[in-house]
Amino acid sequence: MATDHFPVEAGHIILFARSIGDSNPIYHDAGAAAETEPGHVIPPPTFVQASAQFTDGYNLRPVIGQPWFGSGKEPTGIQRESTGGGGGGTGFHAEQHYEYHAPVKPGDVLKAVDKPGKSWSREGRRGGSLQFSESITEYYNQDGALVVTARSVGVQTSRVVE
Amino acid sequence: MALSKSNLNVGDQHTEQVVENLTRTQIIQYAGASGDYNPLHTDEVFTTKVAGYPTVFAHGMLSMGMTGKMLTNYVGDGRLTKYGVRFVAQVWPGDSLTATATIDAIREEDGVQLVDLSVSTVNQDGAEVVKGSATARIDA
Repeated sequence: MATDHFPVEAGHIILFARSIGDSNPIYHDAGAAAETEPGHVIPPPTFVQASAQFTDGYNLRPVIGQPWFGSGKEPTGIQRESTGGGGGGTGFHAEQHYEYHAPVKPGDVLKAVDKPGKSWSREGRRGGSLQFSESITEYYNQDGALVVTARSVGVQTSRVVE
Repeated sequence: MALSKSNLNVGDQHTEQVVENLTRTQIIQYAGASGDYNPLHTDEVFTTKVAGYPTVFAHGMLSMGMTGKMLTNYVGDGRLTKYGVRFVAQVWPGDSLTATATIDAIREEDGVQLVDLSVSTVNQDGAEVVKGSATARIDA
């Protein structure tokens, strides 16, 4: 998910690590992290997915003042546009792959650049016909170094997955 | 602590329970931290009445994140060079997940010692929910 400005913040790393149930001190204790091999707080391996917080127009985050397709007291009936890849739109996240090139630490400001991937389709056993689409995101730090490459595969199903 | 080549064998396994009785609250924590607010994961009314599922279910990335906890506990902090998964089946509130890494290969590439792992996470019924692979740097 592309963004020009993904600030890697210590508090955000703490919240993310809590949410995946990971109590490793390297994610929340700078003093303990200083004694580790990396020598500083690092984010968990899947943290860069949280760049969604900083992606303009990300369609799975409510926009202030605009209708949202989740429910209020009752379903709103609001439809959303379908998009491929990364669990967005009406689709599902089918695969996620990361390559780690260089360390990430609090204070880094990452830039995420999306690159087009492949598309393909097949008949599924659980969800009818399946349309797959791949997207590749490269994360660069403030020094221009490639730190993480992410490859996401999204799938659009023709009916509810059973 | 990082893994050491001298102590490793192909076929070695590391297993951890990464969640017991997954709560809807933890799924909501993940939504808030990750920024993926898809109501399918947090909004019971939308998920049951509009989307037609029996209840909300976990983000695939939450299962990948919890599985990653097992991996980093095994290979050490900052040692992963690759980590990828397929989301095989949905994870529901109340599920308990157990993640396992199995050593497929121990090798050297450009002077760096590496271990290739296959990764599998199963629920309380033994059904696989996440299947993947990882590579990590190890000590000589």
